Amino acid sequence: MLKFSEDHEWVRLDGDIAEIGISPHAVEQLGDIVFIELPDIGTNVTKGDAVAVFESVKAASDIYSPAGGEIIDVNSALADDLAAITADEAMENWLFKVKLNAPSDLDDLMDEDQYKAMID
Amino acid sequence: MGDGMSIKQTPLHAFHRAHNARMVPFAGWDMPVQYANGIKAEHVATRQSAGLFDVSHMAQIEISGDRAAADLAALTPSDISGIGDGRLRYSLFLNDQGGVLDDLMIGRMGDIFYLVVNAGRADHDIAHLEKHLDATTKLTHRTDRALVALQGPKSADILGMLGLNLDDFRFMQLRHFDFNGTDLLISRSGYTGEDGFEIALPAGAATAFCDACLSTGLVTLAGLGARDTLRMEAGLPLWGHELDETITPVEAGLGFAISKKRRDAADFPGATRIIDELKTGPKRRLVGLSASGARPVRDGVILRHNDKPVGSVTSGGFAPSLDRPAALGFVEAEFAAAGTSLLADTRGTPTAITVSPLPFVQHQYFR
Repeated sequence: MLKFSEDHEWVRLDGDIAEIGISPHAVEQLGDIVFIELPDIGTNVTKGDAVAVFESVKAASDIYSPAGGEIIDVNSALADDLAAITADEAMENWLFKVKLNAPSDLDDLMDEDQYKAMID
Repeated sequence: MGDGMSIKQTPLHAFHRAHNARMVPFAGWDMPVQYANGIKAEHVATRQSAGLFDVSHMAQIEISGDRAAADLAALTPSDISGIGDGRLRYSLFLNDQGGVLDDLMIGRMGDIFYLVVNAGRADHDIAHLEKHLDATTKLTHRTDRALVALQGPKSADILGMLGLNLDDFRFMQLRHFDFNGTDLLISRSGYTGEDGFEIALPAGAATAFCDACLSTGLVTLAGLGARDTLRMEAGLPLWGHELDETITPVEAGLGFAISKKRRDAADFPGATRIIDELKTGPKRRLVGLSASGARPVRDGVILRHNDKPVGSVTSGGFAPSLDRPAALGFVEAEFAAAGTSLLADTRGTPTAITVSPLPFVQHQYFR
C-alpha cells in the first residue's frame, strides 16, 4: 500500500512496517540538498512529529512522520550521498522505517491519485 | 500576498516563464528564485563565466534640481556634491539614531542623480524622499525601465560581443551605451563580488537584450537564490538582515560609506553616534561565521560563548563556492576577532562556529 501526506511524504506499508520517503515533487521544490539529518534508530515518534531535516541551499525543511511508532531503520547511506537525492529516485529513496503502533494512523493519508491532484 | 495588493511582474516575467524559472513572491514582486539547473549551478556559473539576473524589482529613481545634491546630502553620509559625472557611490539613508533606513546606489549623469533602492524599501524610500526634498527638487520613479545585472568574469567580454565599447569603463562608473538603437544606462557594479554590470534599459527592450546575452553562450540565467548566496559569500549586506533601522553602518562594517568630508562636518543623520563608533569602536560587529560540519546555520540562530548569548545569525546557508555552509551575523565586539570559537543554538546538538574574515570570497572588481 502506497500513501502520501499533505507534507509530501510517501508511506509504503508492509505488514506493520512503514517505509517513509519524500515525493519527487518535494525533491524538486527543495532544490539542491546540502545536508540531511535522519532520526536515531530506536526513537519513539508520534504521528506528525518532525523527525528528519532536509537542508537546501536556501532553507531547512522538516520531514514529519506520517504515523506513530518506533524508528527501526534509517537510510544513512543517503545522508552520505546527497547527489543521489533526485526526483527520479525519490520513490526508491526511503528515509526511515517505522514499526507502527496503529496502522489506522495512515487512514487519513491520500492515495497516489489524490496526491497528484493536490500538487497539480 | 497578505495585504491584498496584487503581485507585480517585471518586464521579463514572460521571459522567466519561458526559461522554466521557479517564481516566488519577493517584496511584492513575482520573481525567479531559480531556473531549472538550480541555485548551486547558477552560483558557480556566475563565478566562473557570467550570470544574468533580473533586478527590475529594485526601484530606479531620478532626482534633479538645483537643490538635489543638498537634499540627498541631508539624508545620507555621502559627499553627494563630490560625486563626479558618470560616477557611482554606495550610500545609505540614515535615521537620526544612525540606523540604516535603506542602502542604495547613487550615480550622477550630468545634473541628474540616479538612485537604485531595494524593492522591499521602495515605498518607504520614496515617501522619505518626498517628505524631505525641497519643493524645487524633482523626483521621478522610472517604472518604465527594466534593470538587469550581468555578473561574473566574462561579463565584459559578453558586452563586448554585443558591440559595446567598454574602454576605460571601470568599477563604480556609470555611462550610456547604445545597443542596436536602444539606450542602455550601465554601471560597472553589482552584488556578487565579481566584476559585472547593472544595466538599466527601456522595459520593452529587456527581453531582446537578455536574449542577446544568452546568444553569446557564456551566460547562465540566475535567480534570487543565487543572488543571495553570491552576495553572502562576498560579505555584502542585505537590508532586513545585516542592515535595519537599529543597526549602524559602523556595526555593519560600512565605515567606507561615511565620507571624510561628512565626518569632519558631522552634519549627517545620526552623526553623533556614528562618529563616536568610528572613534571608539561599535558594541557589536558584523562578522563571517563558518560552521564546523555540513549543516548550515540559519537566520535568527543565537550564538553563544560559554553559554552566554553574544550575537545572532542574520543570513545563513550554503556557500557553493566554498562547498560548505557559511553565514553572516552580529556578535559583541569582544568576540568579533577572526578565529573566535562560538556555539550556534541549532536544534539538537549545538553547532561549533568559527568567526571568519569577510569576504569569504575575494572581490574581483575591475578598478
